[in-house]
Amino acid sequence: MKTQQTAWLRWYPVWSRNMRVWRKLIGPALLGNIGEPLLYLLALGYGLGSFLGQKIEGLEYVVFLASGLVCSSAMNTASFEGMYSAYTRMAVQDTWIGMLTAPLTLRDIIYAEVIWCGTKSVISVAAILLVATAMGLVADARAILVLPLGWLVGACFGSMALVMTSIAKTYDFFLYYFTLLVTPMLLLSGVFFPIDGMPELVQTLAKILPLYHAIALMRPLMIGQLPTDVLLHLTVLGLYILVALPIAIRLISRRLLR
Amino acid sequence: MDTTDPVVNIRSLCKSYDGQRVVDNIDLQVQRGECFGLLGPNGAGKTTTLRMMLGMTPPESGELIILEQPVSQGSYQVRQQIGVVPQMDNLDPDFSVVENLRTYASYFNLSGEVVRERIQELLEFARLTNKADEQIDSLSGGMKRRLTLARALVNDPELLILDEPTTGLDPQARQLIWQRLRELKHAGHTLIMTTHYMEEAQRLCDRLAIMDHGRVIVQGSPQELIDAHIEPHVIEVVGNDVERCKAQLAKDESTRFESLGESLFIYTHNEKPVIENLCKFTEVDFIHRRANLEDVFLKMTGRDLREE
Repeated sequence: MKTQQTAWLRWYPVWSRNMRVWRKLIGPALLGNIGEPLLYLLALGYGLGSFLGQKIEGLEYVVFLASGLVCSSAMNTASFEGMYSAYTRMAVQDTWIGMLTAPLTLRDIIYAEVIWCGTKSVISVAAILLVATAMGLVADARAILVLPLGWLVGACFGSMALVMTSIAKTYDFFLYYFTLLVTPMLLLSGVFFPIDGMPELVQTLAKILPLYHAIALMRPLMIGQLPTDVLLHLTVLGLYILVALPIAIRLISRRLLR
Repeated sequence: MDTTDPVVNIRSLCKSYDGQRVVDNIDLQVQRGECFGLLGPNGAGKTTTLRMMLGMTPPESGELIILEQPVSQGSYQVRQQIGVVPQMDNLDPDFSVVENLRTYASYFNLSGEVVRERIQELLEFARLTNKADEQIDSLSGGMKRRLTLARALVNDPELLILDEPTTGLDPQARQLIWQRLRELKHAGHTLIMTTHYMEEAQRLCDRLAIMDHGRVIVQGSPQELIDAHIEPHVIEVVGNDVERCKAQLAKDESTRFESLGESLFIYTHNEKPVIENLCKFTEVDFIHRRANLEDVFLKMTGRDLREE
């Protein structure tokens, strides 16, 4: 029984381990995944929406919001998982060190973590899709395509989060990332309101960052349309992965395997 | 694989961190089926040497051949046949005892019926059968160590590497681990261990090396080291009159003295005259014993504290 796994699949037992841990804590996790967007949809979608008294980009506000929350939730879930949870595994529980005494490489572990961040995003996207469908806020069945896109968005933000994890000395460090990057993205990429009325600088910054592109891909699918410039948006998300992932691997390697 | 080849073959191995030599040109060989000890004060280079053996740290220069495979960084394949008991437990707190074993087995691409059987055997080996479904945080320190040892055996490794296996354990737990390690050796596994417990090294190791400042100072079986490097008898003296004792006994040139606080250590080939003399002093207490590995270790590495 000394046969080794092929390189393509060595990440799988690491991913599977994370999945099994998640399943043990599935109650609170799903509650958060469903409960939180539900609150936003009810409070802001109906509450704020009724104040607005007008349609946003031709949509009821609650519909506009639901299609934005799907993306922001993918971002938040993957970011949290790639920072707080990954850091716990790397530096507090020594889980990755334990894996490195088995015939796994650090790349296997990091690939598995990124794939896992994507998986968690898919789960949270699915939860919101369910809630939104139940509330009648989804146009048609093409919305199911947000699931694979949710994986890509999760992998993108997960890769970025892992770079933060690679240099973090404590959990508090992650607050910088949330305050300086995630929250501005959340507020200014088009989740809660369209950004075409915003100053040029804000719009340009939003278009450099990934969330804008995630929304550009996922919102149309929820409202019965098809996204445009698909290749551009996919490329931006892909580029973030291609740049962030090697950096994370190099920095974590230096940290654990000097 | 030729069974007479050494399991570990290290020649002229070097490693530096920030310009400082942490492992300085060491030569080590570990034969199949032996228990080899790596001893040394903090910062001697033991853990760095182990990490290089596992392919977790790149060597700077020199030759490192484990189980007939040359090892450099990224050589994860060699770990398929090695079991590792790390210094700090890194068990999965979210899993039970048996789930920890199954998960670790999955990293070796092991699953199925054979693994299930092996896990049952390992649970018995570690005396954890009735704890199989317990969560990790309900286990005592000794149980966690036993589980870590069982986990290291899940891939039935030829070589087992243990970094301070019984540090922090109570005497019963240590005895059990020692027993198990002896069983593993008799079953044909090769063991490499680092330890700070000289008693442990003397009991378990067939051969050992003492490292300091990155170099191997001495190598050999415990008895060879004791015979070669230290006087056979040690008398420890405590009491009010220790200084006067020392002055009196120093006239005999075949004895060697070391003072440590209020204790006097007398090392000698000829214990009878020393004991006779000591009996004349009423205000001291003394113990006579044979020299052991700790005496060798302290002589080789000194009694000063090492801050890393």
